[in-house]
Amino acid sequence: MTRAPPAARLAAAVIAGKAARAAVRLLGTGGTALPGLVAERIDPAAAAGLARRLERIALITGTNGKTTTSAMLARILRADGRDVLHNQAGSNLMRGVLGAMIDAAAPSGALPPGRAAVLETDEAALPSVARAVLGGNAARPPVLVFANLMRDQLDRYGEIDAVALRWQQALADVPAGTIVAINADDPLLDLLARRPPGPVIRFGIADAPAAAPPAEVVDAIWDPESGEDFRYDRRFFAHLGHWRTETGASRAEPSVSAAEISEDGDEIAFTLRINGDERAVGLPARGLYSVYNALAAAAAAHAMGVDGDAIVRGLERHEAAFGRQERVELDDGRRLWILLGKNPAGMNQALRTLQRPGARHHLLVLLNDGIADGEDVSWIWDTDWESQAPHVESLSVGGRRAADLALRLEYAGLPRAAAPILRDPGAALRAAADRVPTGGELVVLSTYTALLRIRSLLARESAAGAWWDANGAAP
Amino acid sequence: MTARSLRVSVLYPDLLNIYGDRGNAMAVARRCGLRGIDVEIEHVGIGGAWNPDETDVLLAGGGQDREQRRIEEDLAARADDLRAYRDDDRVALAVCGGYQLFGLQYRGIDGAVLRGAGVFDAVSAHPGPRTPRCVGNVAALWEGDTLVGFENHGGRTYLNEGQEPLADVVAGFGNNGGDGSEGARSRNCFGTYLHGALLPKNPRFCDRLISLALERRYGDGTLDPIDDAGARRAHAEALHVALHGNGEGRFGPGQGA
Repeated sequence: MTRAPPAARLAAAVIAGKAARAAVRLLGTGGTALPGLVAERIDPAAAAGLARRLERIALITGTNGKTTTSAMLARILRADGRDVLHNQAGSNLMRGVLGAMIDAAAPSGALPPGRAAVLETDEAALPSVARAVLGGNAARPPVLVFANLMRDQLDRYGEIDAVALRWQQALADVPAGTIVAINADDPLLDLLARRPPGPVIRFGIADAPAAAPPAEVVDAIWDPESGEDFRYDRRFFAHLGHWRTETGASRAEPSVSAAEISEDGDEIAFTLRINGDERAVGLPARGLYSVYNALAAAAAAHAMGVDGDAIVRGLERHEAAFGRQERVELDDGRRLWILLGKNPAGMNQALRTLQRPGARHHLLVLLNDGIADGEDVSWIWDTDWESQAPHVESLSVGGRRAADLALRLEYAGLPRAAAPILRDPGAALRAAADRVPTGGELVVLSTYTALLRIRSLLARESAAGAWWDANGAAP
Repeated sequence: MTARSLRVSVLYPDLLNIYGDRGNAMAVARRCGLRGIDVEIEHVGIGGAWNPDETDVLLAGGGQDREQRRIEEDLAARADDLRAYRDDDRVALAVCGGYQLFGLQYRGIDGAVLRGAGVFDAVSAHPGPRTPRCVGNVAALWEGDTLVGFENHGGRTYLNEGQEPLADVVAGFGNNGGDGSEGARSRNCFGTYLHGALLPKNPRFCDRLISLALERRYGDGTLDPIDDAGARRAHAEALHVALHGNGEGRFGPGQGA
């Protein structure tokens, strides 16, 4: 195999990867990583080989909102009439990224001309993915989107500084001319704009109706380079806002921004400004974090030459990715509303989304401690569950650390969790749904691997089976 | 019985709270509250006033190397107060980065030595960026019972001769992954690498701290039983995970502390 010419080796890798995907589907097992793994074994340069045949590449990274931002960007590009490949199953390590390219390629390794790739990339995997994928001669400069940097899975990623450092190193390695889109409201990302490989596009929120609660735990309180405290004229959530330091570092004015934000029903309306051009957007999603996702996608699309009308069209066609504010109708007339939460900032945003005045809901919270969740569940103590107390009609808990969670929620003053506590997320979901009156809604807050368990359970049931077929994603 | 109350001081709550350590103050407050014991919680930041003679329970959490560097000077200025506080049999709990700085010194990932408060006769050192961190669930034997929690630290702590450890490691790394010790105890001051938060799911240990503090202040450390089924369930679950799940511990990525 090592003697084969590169094109033949790449074709062999793609064919083997496709065969692995088919086998995984047939067996009905998990394993989004397998096709990429198999292909990598045959051709270690497979990712670069396929990436070279793409017209344009956008990598999306950040602690929170990667999947939704990627989905929004893919939809915008399609609204602009472009052909897009996208790792929508959320498999965002090197092998998942490679797997998505293999799925889109012909067995020869050929990709249709003009195809763009939107690749959600794990924070820690960014340097290796960027090196493998951006190294080639993409016809147009690639776009690298940094959505935010927050505390997440410290046991897996290490401390927040370590992630910032990895990103800085990744930027030093990408091709000159790479466009960097960063969240202007995140002071930790400002570092990344100090020695950029190419043009920098900033996005941010100009103004928002609600400020962050002062009691919220904040991950980043000072500039890691100067040691100065961040001060805020406005803070929207976590450490995102209009920041500055004593000696004059401050949020740069973003060229892509949102103003006049208002929530109405299941829609969030705002004015999208791109270089002074204003357009009204009705985004079918909730919460300020959704606005940040939309801005990140809009900034990337703008960098890729998409005009404002197509950006708005794409955003207004947004549909929730699995488990990201996704609604699922069950056969018996009950509904699920599923929100992923895996770190304090993300979970606080999900909780704020649920806190409409007077709103009360049946709530199921699932806490797993798998490697992909973070084995350390201490973050639940830094999450503002207290704010949820007036809004919970009934509470169920589940997951491998359900008892730890139940204790935290007891401290927060939520109603006592229904007994017995079921550790299996699927069993917990079933029991919790049964407690909801017919026609009612169960709100599900879940960590990542518990979400995967729910997904496989719902895949076997008719309502979600439709989702399954439509998206064709692997388990 | 006359009404009893306790004053709790939390050191550097904005800087030393990387792993949910604020849950420790919540646990003291809740377990006292359920027994009719009033708790007053005071936050002490850099340069902030702290009166050791009016504090019954002192809490410090964990932080990264850069937070530790930031508090070093302030903590060193309080070292005499902290040792007097210890010798006065008052109660303290220092976790992870706070524990390291309650020892004699901590040599950080960059080799720079930070002065500690000397509450414990122990030294900590980070073996450098190439040496893996100690990460994972921990179970340790403590007074015939168990302590459970999660550890995530680059630095290793070595107790000098005569310094009593807090507990013996059953699963996980503990102080240094070598001698089987976890944490330290000097009089009524306790140091540990366990977070989780620690006190909510270790109700007996939490009650021990409360009881010691009441004993010192009122000569009466008795505690009424409370319904803590939830806390004991969380303890059992964490113990199970430590022993059967990720009990080996594993080395993780990252920088500092």
